Parts: sequence; C-alpha cells; structure tokens
Amino acid sequence: MQKINVAFRSKVRYMSRGDILFNIFNYSFMIMLCIVMLYPMLNTLAISLNDANDTIKGGIYLWPREFTLYNYQYVLKENTLLNALFISVLRTVLGTAISVFCTAMVAYVISRKEFIFRKFVTIAFVLTMYFNGGLIPTYLLMRDLGLIGTFWVYIIPGIIGVFNLIVIRSFIEGLPNSLVESARIDGAGEFTIFFKIILPLSLPVLATVSLFVAVYQWNSWFDVFLYNSSNPNLSTLQYELMKILQNTNATMSGKTAADAFANASGQSNAVTPASIRATMTIIASLPIILVYPFLQKYFIKGLTLGGVKGE
Amino acid sequence: MELEKNVRKETSPPMLPKKVKKKRKFWKTVIQQRALILMSFPFLIWLFVFKYVPLWGWTMAFQDYRPGLPFSEQEWVGLKHFKFLFQDEAFLRVLRNTLAMSVINLVLGFVTAITLAILFNELHNGKFKRIVQTISYMPHFLSWVVAAGIISYALSLENGIVNIVLQKLGIIDEPILWLGIGEYFWGIIGVSEVWKNVGWNTIIYLAAIAMIDPEQYEAAEIDGASRLQRIFYITLPSLKPTIVILLILNLGNILETGFEPQYLLGNPMNLDYSENLDIFVLKYGISMGNFSLATAAGIFKTVVSFILLFSANHIAKRLGQARLF
Repeated sequence: MQKINVAFRSKVRYMSRGDILFNIFNYSFMIMLCIVMLYPMLNTLAISLNDANDTIKGGIYLWPREFTLYNYQYVLKENTLLNALFISVLRTVLGTAISVFCTAMVAYVISRKEFIFRKFVTIAFVLTMYFNGGLIPTYLLMRDLGLIGTFWVYIIPGIIGVFNLIVIRSFIEGLPNSLVESARIDGAGEFTIFFKIILPLSLPVLATVSLFVAVYQWNSWFDVFLYNSSNPNLSTLQYELMKILQNTNATMSGKTAADAFANASGQSNAVTPASIRATMTIIASLPIILVYPFLQKYFIKGLTLGGVKGE
Repeated sequence: MELEKNVRKETSPPMLPKKVKKKRKFWKTVIQQRALILMSFPFLIWLFVFKYVPLWGWTMAFQDYRPGLPFSEQEWVGLKHFKFLFQDEAFLRVLRNTLAMSVINLVLGFVTAITLAILFNELHNGKFKRIVQTISYMPHFLSWVVAAGIISYALSLENGIVNIVLQKLGIIDEPILWLGIGEYFWGIIGVSEVWKNVGWNTIIYLAAIAMIDPEQYEAAEIDGASRLQRIFYITLPSLKPTIVILLILNLGNILETGFEPQYLLGNPMNLDYSENLDIFVLKYGISMGNFSLATAAGIFKTVVSFILLFSANHIAKRLGQARLF
C-alpha cells in the first residue's frame, strides 16, 4: 500500500535525490526519537515484571527474563503505599473536579461582556501570573490558615489556575452569543445558563483542562514534602517514590534505607529497592500514559487556544 | 486583544445625560448582575488570600523576622539581608548555577523544539506522524519524580543504558558516574529537560506552521525551491512571531529554572553545580529557619524576572516584533 502511494506520488511530484535522502534521514530520526522516548519506560516495565533477585544480575532490557507479578503484589500489599495510592487518587479526583468547576464558573463570568466588574476580575487574576509571594510567605500563610497537616492543603491553594482560566474563557467567548441571549429571553438566570448551556457546550475544553489539572495533582509531591511530611497518612504515591529515589541516590549503591524498607516484611530479598522503584514508577505513571493519547486532540486545541489568546 | 466579534453587539447602553443618573445606573447594574457577582466574588476573596496576602510577607526580607512575634515588634533592618546575599559566596554560586542552567535550557529547548516541529511537518505519512507525535508527548506527562528516577537509572554506573551504549560504541572505555561529576550536571539537566518537554513544546510551533498558507509552498515548489530552501525561506520566517513571544515569556522566567529536576537529581557530589535559587530558598528558609534571608532571595528572583520580562517586551516592541502586551 505504502509503496503504491510513493510510486504514485513520485509520478505527480518530482522527488529529487535530496528529497529522498531527506526523507530517509527524517524517518530514521523519528524512529530513533521514539526509541529514546519509550525505552526508559519499557525498561522500567520489564524490571517491574522481572524477579527481583534476577534483576540484580543485570541485562534486563525490554523483556522480563523471569516473569513474576510478585513485585506488584508486594507493593499493593504494603499499607503505607496503598494508603499513598488512595490519597493520590483522592486528591486527583477531588482536586480536578473542584478546580475545573470553579475555574469554569469564573471563566464564564469574565467572558460576559456586559459584566460590570469584568475587567477588574480579569486583571486581578491575570496579574498573579507574573509574581508570587514566594516559598516562605506562602508557607507561613498555610500555617496561619491551619492548612498544614490537612488534606485540603492539596486542593484549596490551587482551586483556580490562571492559565486554565484563560483557556476556558477563550473557548466560551468563541461560543455563539445568541445561545445565551435566547436563554435569557426565555427567563433563564445566570446559574441556569452556566449549568445548562455553557458547561455542556464546553466539554472539549473542560476535558483539556481536566487533563492538565489531573496530571498536576497526580504528579505533585512538593506540597506533600513541604506541608505534610510529618503526617504519613497524607503521603502520596509520588512522594513515597521520591523518598525511595532519594535514598537510593544518596547511597548510590542503593542498599540502605530502601533495603531496610524492602526487608521490612521479613521476606528478605524477595524484593529489592530496584524492583520496588520500577514497580512504583509504573504504578505512578500508568494512569496518565493510558489516558493522554485519547485526549490529544483536545489538549492540542486547548494549548493553542490559551497560547494564542492569552493576554 | 479582546476585540472579538461579540463586541459590536449592544454593549454600549443608551446614553444617559448626567452623572447622578450614572451612579444610580451603576447600582442598578450591580443588582441586575448579582448572580455574576455571586459567582465570581468568592473566588476573588480566595485570590486575595492565597495570591495577594503572601506579598505582605515580603516585608520579612527587610526585618530580622522572628516567628511568633507580632508584626509591630519585628526589628527592621533595611537592606541588610540583600547586602549579605551579594557577599555570600554560596549565594553567588547558586546564582551562577541558576543562570547557567537557564541559558542552557533556553537555548537547547528552543533549538530542539523548533527543529523537531519542522521535521514533524516534513513527515507526509499521516499515521506515522501521529504516532511519533503521541510518543514524543509522553515524557511530558511523567512527574519529575518518575523522570528523575528514570534518568538516574539510565546514568547509573552498573546497568545504566547510557554507559552501556557509549561503551558498545567505543566512545568511552570505562563507565562514568555521570551524576557524581559536578561539571556534567548542567548538561544532564539540559538534556533531561529536552527529553521531557521537546515533544510537548512542538505543539505551539506546529499550530503556527499549520497557519501558513499552503500556496506559498506550492509556489516555491514550482519555482524550483528545494525542501531545505522551503524550510529556511518559508517555514522559519513564518515562525518568527511565535518564537519572539515565547522568547519573551521565557526570558521572564530565566531565574525560574524549575526546582524539581535539580532537587531530585542533585546529590552531595554535584552540589556545587546543582543548587539553584529555589533550593537555596528552601534550604535557608525551611530547613534553617532563616525566613528573612530566604525571602530576600525570593524577592530578588521575582524582581529580576519582572525586569527581564518587561525589557524583553520593550525591545521586541522597538524592533517592531510581535510582543506580549
């Protein structure tokens, strides 16, 4: 099929030797690129599915040598990690739902041309893109608000993302105004218009923003480290993974804290830091890797919408 | 920028004669739009508390802040902390690291993303193109924790794929402890950033390329322009406004090298090259409790970013280029 295509095209369009060389170079480069992007993940996957003791011998590349699911069983039985997984899921689901809803609401308000405080609200939000209080003042604020040591410190500070706000606003402004006008003539209030007309019509952009927020929430570890490191019940998967990495990094040989952690259950050497790291890496990235390709069409649109029209 | 099609709709109310009426009209509008106000004002309060109130904390940089004391009893010390910073060797080193990594990331990031976008555009097999693009976006969605784990594993002494490949190719004889040698750190961060974000960064350029009129290419082809000539004389010039805008935005962020890669890949062996401003703030502020000094460093960062953003924008304006505002 491909051959016919090329043959056909070469009749229509003259392909010079340079063109052919360029194509060969370009396609080989793209294949190299894919290998570089994919190999580390595939390698990690292979290690996570390989027997831990066997992995130490080295030489695992793309395929497990001694296949086992034990690493996953082990990680998913560990209470700390299971709890961390739960918190990660909870903050992702709750954080995304709350943030997208609130951001959409404000975006709707600042998309209404007739709104008397439109400019004021827009500027107040956009300004914060260019400065922030910085780490210490923000930390002290969280402390004064009593958010440290609570789950809500993951959700409340990030309710509205300004970039997302602009993306959604641009989308809503692109919707035909007549829809809102006619609903208003029919006696619909702002809340009805927002819930019954704007939200359903904005689903594509809301999908995009949900992806952005969900990725952010799922991948966060710094706020856990900063605000909740003394409360293990509120730890997240990424933070647990980060602790394992830091331990293996610091010792380079990787045989101290993570080792003790691995041996905590008494089954010595059934798992190793390397296999736990690999397994947790897969658990921590799989949800996103499985979801993002299906939202590609949307996030590309959302990104260019925000990029082109953002203040 | 907001001159959209809706503007011509009846936004201008019927002219009212005098100021008295204007005031009354204002309150009438407010009451009329109470639903919109109700929908946005709670978030304005949120915005004020979480984004504007922390600015008040900047005052700490001009005090010897001691936690627990009320504001009125804090001791004011003027620019003491700023003076200290610029005599502190550790701070100057941190500043050097930050700038070096920023510049490396900026240059590498721009060149690779633009090149890749152009190469994507030259792929004519739609399905292949889509698959490669999707794969290239993947690392962007990984957390830095995951990415740092992957990178440090790939660079490790035993079993690290980088050492294995370089040895097989005969480029090095002995495996290298990449993260143990400070001089390599900036380069490692640069390459890591490219690996993670190059695909993602092409999106905006591809959108700009998609806006180019295909007739330009057809005409050039008829005139006998080669593939490379078309790239250099049509595609690249069309990308110029996008490049300028992104450059301005990124210049404003030059002191924001990011925090996660440096923190996660840094270790005692490469400390002299890996510590950047954010890590400095974290170390002094949270670990050592020297809030005033850390805040001063944070303020320095924000102010420099602001100045850079505005001057880059101003220069672009002078040169008659596209600009941010």
